Amino acid sequence: MSDAAGLLILGSSQAGVQLAVSLRALGYDEPITLLGEENHRPYQRPALSKEYLQGAITKESLIYRTQEYWDEHRIDVVKNERIIRIDKRSDGSGVAHSMSGREFAFDRLALTVGARARRLLLEGVDLPGVLYLRNADDALELKARAPVVKDVVVIGGGFIGIEAAASLARMGRTVTLLEAGPRLVGRAVGEETSAYLLEHHRARGISVVLDADVRRIVAGGDRVAGVELADGTTIRADLVLIGVGVVPNTELAESIGLACDNGITVDRWAIASDGVTVAVGDVANLPNPVPGAPEGDRVRFESVNNAVEQAKVAAYAITGRPEDYQGIPWFWSNQGDLKLQIAGLSTGHTRTVVRRDDERGKFSVLYYRGDAIIAADCVNAPLDFMAVKAALAARASIPAEQAADPSVQLKAITVTSSGEHS
Amino acid sequence: MPTITYTDDSGESRVVAANVGDSVMETAVRNGVPGIVAECGGSLSCATCHVFVDEAELAQLPAMEEMEDEMLWGAAVDRRDTSRLCCQIKVSDDMDLHVTTPETQV
Repeated sequence: MSDAAGLLILGSSQAGVQLAVSLRALGYDEPITLLGEENHRPYQRPALSKEYLQGAITKESLIYRTQEYWDEHRIDVVKNERIIRIDKRSDGSGVAHSMSGREFAFDRLALTVGARARRLLLEGVDLPGVLYLRNADDALELKARAPVVKDVVVIGGGFIGIEAAASLARMGRTVTLLEAGPRLVGRAVGEETSAYLLEHHRARGISVVLDADVRRIVAGGDRVAGVELADGTTIRADLVLIGVGVVPNTELAESIGLACDNGITVDRWAIASDGVTVAVGDVANLPNPVPGAPEGDRVRFESVNNAVEQAKVAAYAITGRPEDYQGIPWFWSNQGDLKLQIAGLSTGHTRTVVRRDDERGKFSVLYYRGDAIIAADCVNAPLDFMAVKAALAARASIPAEQAADPSVQLKAITVTSSGEHS
Repeated sequence: MPTITYTDDSGESRVVAANVGDSVMETAVRNGVPGIVAECGGSLSCATCHVFVDEAELAQLPAMEEMEDEMLWGAAVDRRDTSRLCCQIKVSDDMDLHVTTPETQV
């Protein structure tokens, strides 16, 4: 195996898969090894908390590509190998050593190692019946247990926690969602959207507790039996799911001397501080790719959109045709019968416009910095989402006064930068 | 076995054997058919698996739901009467479907 060299991609999830696929599409001819530590063929994660958990789709439909595809494109997919040490020379080449003792030589290294679920330091977290949800094995375990439990407590009111809670509630479980902060998804959406999500999920029967101060997880016999809050109340649970964010897997990068700061620091071509090694996806800390973003502003995304787009940028850089990473970030979260789509980054907004149509079950919040639209959260409102995404990409404007009327189509009032209605 | 014929905007075709129950999008992506991006993996969130369905075959497909209809208005290439998001088209027994991919999906 050590004679393969070429490009070694560590991490065979969204970013790694896209990097390999894009490189072959661009005509990159060197050997590519796509290595993952899980004992699964490369698969898609987003559905694990949603369609897959609810049984709407099978395991097979999570698989990215057929084996024939990998063979035909000469991408050597290696699974179940965990890299524990890397020897890297100054020219960027080297050898990666796996826990099982295998060696993987490379001319160039790409780190698409992602992030791992943040562990909660709490009494009782190691009890059987306390789960996390990040990878396929986690999902398989959750899916196996879900039908035989009654009371579920989800700790964490971010995307994963809410998606799983909504899925489990749909499956007939009694679900309590505990969020430590004052509102849901505080990190990714604005206050109006948080309030709408809260209203919606409570109406669907999920018991949501905000400002929840979790003291410990309580055992009953040798299994989990409940979650105790600081006010002394205990919520019964025969399954506890923890979703409190992720931590980027920077350890390998740090061990070979790459600069890291909340992720592996990369430039706008996805190149790390050694000038050679590539880092893409959830693990990368990159210059904000939004056109017109302040110089020096850096972000780390946890999104499919970024994994895909940044991987393409990296593929261009590797093939010697560097192109700046520019784009409008977007995100989605399916929460039961609710589809949240986010376009742009709302950070730094100075005003919001709420479009709410209860009759049709649609809700959007548009974010403005001064008169310029910078982002939107759209719930069951794909027309608004697509209109804002298109406007941001075209650097067009959507006048706030007109946008406040939910019966007005945003596409119809969008004004392009040349002053024309689109 | 059901088959799906994907034709790109330059007229080049590729015939792929499909599995019943998969979507027309999954069939394309897993086999590396270019022209279908499908960033969201089929959860009806991105409108990057837009196809034009052969006119004669369109009526045989189950009608689209409101969400797909709305997403199609935002597709990168303007929708036509034959437009569908192919993540929402399930492969059925004996299906012999012909779709054309637009010039771009993003």
